[in-house]
Amino acid sequence: MQSSNAINYDYTVAKYFTVSAIVLGIVGMSVGVIIAFQLAFPELNNFFGEYGTFGRLRPIHTDGVAFGFTVSGIMATWYYIGQRVLKVSMAESKFLMFIGKLQFWLYIIVVAVAVVSLLMGETSSKEYAEFEWPVDIGIVIVWVLWGVSIFGLIGIRREKVLYISVWYYIATFLGVAMLYVFNNMEVPTYFVSGMGDWFHSVSMYAGSNDAMVQWWYGHNAVAFVFTVPIIAMIYYFLPKESGQPIFSYKLSLLSFWGLMFVYLWAGGHHLLYSTVPDWVQTMASIFSIILILPSWGSAINILLTMKGEWGQLKDNPLIKFYVLASTFYMLSTLEGPIQAIKSVNALAHFTDWIPGHVHDGTLGWVGFMIIGGIFHMAPRMFKREIFSKKLVEAQFWLQTTGIVMYFTSMWIAGITQGMMWRATDQYGNLAYSFIDTVEVLHPYWTLRAVGGSFYLIGVFMWAYNIYKTATSSKAIEKEPQYASPMA
Amino acid sequence: MFHWLEKNPFFFAVGVFLVIAYAGIVTILPDFMESARPLKGTKPYTVLQLAGRQVYIRNGCNTCHSQLIRPFKSETDRYGKYSLSGEYAYDRPFLWGSRRIGPDLHRVGNYRTTDWHENHMLNPQAVVPGSIMPKYGFMFKKSADLKTAYAEAYTVKKVFDVPYNQPGMPKLGTYDQAKKAAFIQAGKIVAGMKNQGVKDAYKNGDIKEIVALIAYLNGLK
Repeated sequence: MQSSNAINYDYTVAKYFTVSAIVLGIVGMSVGVIIAFQLAFPELNNFFGEYGTFGRLRPIHTDGVAFGFTVSGIMATWYYIGQRVLKVSMAESKFLMFIGKLQFWLYIIVVAVAVVSLLMGETSSKEYAEFEWPVDIGIVIVWVLWGVSIFGLIGIRREKVLYISVWYYIATFLGVAMLYVFNNMEVPTYFVSGMGDWFHSVSMYAGSNDAMVQWWYGHNAVAFVFTVPIIAMIYYFLPKESGQPIFSYKLSLLSFWGLMFVYLWAGGHHLLYSTVPDWVQTMASIFSIILILPSWGSAINILLTMKGEWGQLKDNPLIKFYVLASTFYMLSTLEGPIQAIKSVNALAHFTDWIPGHVHDGTLGWVGFMIIGGIFHMAPRMFKREIFSKKLVEAQFWLQTTGIVMYFTSMWIAGITQGMMWRATDQYGNLAYSFIDTVEVLHPYWTLRAVGGSFYLIGVFMWAYNIYKTATSSKAIEKEPQYASPMA
Repeated sequence: MFHWLEKNPFFFAVGVFLVIAYAGIVTILPDFMESARPLKGTKPYTVLQLAGRQVYIRNGCNTCHSQLIRPFKSETDRYGKYSLSGEYAYDRPFLWGSRRIGPDLHRVGNYRTTDWHENHMLNPQAVVPGSIMPKYGFMFKKSADLKTAYAEAYTVKKVFDVPYNQPGMPKLGTYDQAKKAAFIQAGKIVAGMKNQGVKDAYKNGDIKEIVALIAYLNGLK
């Protein structure tokens, strides 16, 4: 990559979204820790009447981290990476600057309305698409503004060839747009009947069809929020931080188009042994296995980028974040297909193994990339050294410990409960009542909540480190070329 | 071709969209009509049941309880007959859930009673020692929202042709008629309950959330 000092990049919008990533990360993960403790200690449900129960809070956790923390991270990195790989500054276009700021402030308003409406119980019940129609409209507008920003910046670019990261950001934009619109097709009941709650709506699809559309969305929201844009980040941050070129262009090409082609088929693996058509279930199962190829393609490409430079792991904690993130990506994309095998799914479905799987992906892969990415951006955005290397190291190890505690306890919990549900005595009768299979989980749920707390403490350390970097760390004169300077 | 696409963002975006869009079409559309067909004997929800279903959704009951019995002996022994697609034809949204923190409820109406639900919703631990379910005392105080429930029934009848008012199906009629029918249905449930507050409210023309919820749960068979 050539030196980019000639262009004066404008990081105003990137900084805004960095702040919202940190704040919403703390909010979303704090709610996560609360509901984790609620499972282990159910009295915690009863403090705030209807507003404090697990059922009300859980969507605030899932949507808070997916659409608060992660989407903010996606936006922050886009408004940073986009300019740099397209070799054009936001400052060159008043229009794009306005769109970026408008997108941010509308996003904040939508997030606020979404949180309040979920607390009030205004929910469509569909996972990761709980928001009612007024919030949906707000989300669509924010997303369209992002599209204007992406294609606007591409329109005025100097670098004609789109870098890999831009492929993935474009795919994120298109994928989420398509999925979100079709899964949230709903009819507001007030406008048809003229009475009742004006927020309320009813789904366009019923029963098995609704389930099909929901999990086509639900699974691929994971693809296009938790996978695709995160790959965009690692393809930029790892080479920049390490000074190593990407291992193979052909492998990145194969992985990109492979991922696009295969991912969308796999949603049906959430519906194995349900009432959706059998052939859909089989297809989903098969494509889930095939999905290992493009997923590992990216991960291997990333890991081999470090070939011969593994020593950097010792000196640079940001490289640790990136390398562990892609390792967790490999783990997670192997675990998912295993769970999509029908006979494994018969055991795993409805158990804690599923949230366990989700979290080794989100905490290890998504969280580490956003945290590590913003650490890389900070010295360049604020023109200061990262405040404390020791703190970065401590955060890394604390969070890694937290993740390991989280997924190991959930694996054990899930498999234990799944085995107990199907266990029979010598006469063929069910061996355990349902409550037996709940009580046995208490120690694992406690361990999970503690692991989650470790991760949350790490996020606070990150927030403090970034805050100090932005305000009082030692100034740097020249933009660092590769490894981020840290005190 | 790929090199060319990387220099032509418009065609690149079109290419990506085509590659990601068709899987949904191929998997969702072919059996769409068939999957929308109700099973013989499946009826749409009454207005009171819909109000209860909305209470169920508002409080995220589906985050912990599934409504999908898979075709395994261990599940049919525990919960009853495995679920069939046509049984869900009037479920908007579907409420299959994704995690059984509590037991499946698809046929809970077959083995739990009004009385059981009343005690359990007030204090789950008193009925099932070791239960981790929250207490839902507030449902005995908040009023059911019949208007929104009627609005939903009216909407699905009008927009999706859900067969209210047909022979053997629940009557919908005007809001006042629907309200009257809801009160008759609620009366039978209230008669089976002990809570004085709920009984008094019913006498004063007010149906509490818990009554609507029990009407919904009793109808899950």
